Amino acid sequence: MIKTDIIIIGAGPVGLFTVFEAGLLKLKCHLIDALPQPGGQCAEIYPKKPIYDIPGYPSILASELVDKLMKQIEPFNPGFTLGETAQTIKKNSDGDFIIKTTQGTSIKAPVVAIAGGLGVFTPRKPNISNLESFENDKVFYIVKEPSLFKDKEIVISGGGDSALDWALFFAENYASDVKLIHRSDNFRAHNDSVQRALDYSKQGKIKMILNSQVSGISKNENKITLHVQSKNNDLSKINCDNWLPLFGLTPKIGPIGDWGLEIQKNAIKVDNATDYSTNIDGIYAIGDVNTYPGKLKLILCGFHEAAIMVQSAFKKVYPNKNNVLKYTTVTGIKGF
Amino acid sequence: MDVKIHVTDRQGKEQIISGPTDMSLNLMELLKVHEYPVEGTCGGMALCASCHIFIHSTNLLPEISSSEQAMLDDNWDSKDNSRLACQIPISENIDLLKIELAPEDL
Repeated sequence: MIKTDIIIIGAGPVGLFTVFEAGLLKLKCHLIDALPQPGGQCAEIYPKKPIYDIPGYPSILASELVDKLMKQIEPFNPGFTLGETAQTIKKNSDGDFIIKTTQGTSIKAPVVAIAGGLGVFTPRKPNISNLESFENDKVFYIVKEPSLFKDKEIVISGGGDSALDWALFFAENYASDVKLIHRSDNFRAHNDSVQRALDYSKQGKIKMILNSQVSGISKNENKITLHVQSKNNDLSKINCDNWLPLFGLTPKIGPIGDWGLEIQKNAIKVDNATDYSTNIDGIYAIGDVNTYPGKLKLILCGFHEAAIMVQSAFKKVYPNKNNVLKYTTVTGIKGF
Repeated sequence: MDVKIHVTDRQGKEQIISGPTDMSLNLMELLKVHEYPVEGTCGGMALCASCHIFIHSTNLLPEISSSEQAMLDDNWDSKDNSRLACQIPISENIDLLKIELAPEDL
């Protein structure tokens, strides 16, 4: 079991900066994020977009901000559990929280700070009624174990990087029977990937079914049958072993929605007059995930909330100690 | 001036909302102001499709950029009349525009 002072759920900019503010108070942090890399939306949605309202930076790329935050928190040696979603929370008899992730990692701390942004990035699912019964057996939204699809007849749907990259991977490495279904005849993936996929299509390594979309799915002995509808409303059927609909990720509030926190319009209600505490003692919510009168979903507001929140967290971790605000200009940064 | 927009929500309820043309707002922001369940996750950069709508009138709209088209191409519920509300500025052109919110991402 991992033990720390503050478990931070969400490794976006606000979660990362919380490590810094906590570190100044000698509080250790462990971050959990469903994404495989730190940075949250900044890394996943708009890494190459400039941000203009970070104080002191007339313009900074989102990915650059994440890199700088990672550098800034380095002295405080935070722990990371990435690619896993915080799933359950339980209060121990000693008053500490224990959070378990989807992959079974357990983390214990007296304070939990939810900096979950708009939620857990989860795969977008096709709007097909009986799809759930095929999930994780015939239908996969994320490729975790590519070898599962070796020598299989697979159909990939989507027109982005993920769809193209996996189609190329399977065609190049496993010589699997790969079909790619896309609702348009344009791809938004990297030009190089698109060109390679088109070349493979000419060579017959990838069969492209363009201007079409899967409209239904049914069982066919050990396989599945995909019902495909073209833009001209032509209908066809494809038998295959697996279908991989890869339509990108979208944030959902996820398991924290079931933790007994007061939720208002997909956000966690907090006390902004004091310390951004939630209705559960010891759990705070900061950044885009929280709501209060006058809330602004801005990175800079999340930074402010983090600084206020850790002062309150300090009293939870050390109920008998008093903390005095110190300035970094006076004391410098003393890591651990 | 204020423009009027006919909005049909995901439950099929129609309502007319109005918005000012002089505040650099886009339609996603206006829908949020009126408390429609539109996330606007990416903040209006045509990078998430959480403000996906269907257009039901013939107003002259700005052309679809390549990034908007890419998001729509990759969106399950897209139709020929799909747009991202964040890419439509509140201007005189969209007075009496009729829109419908697309289904929420599953």
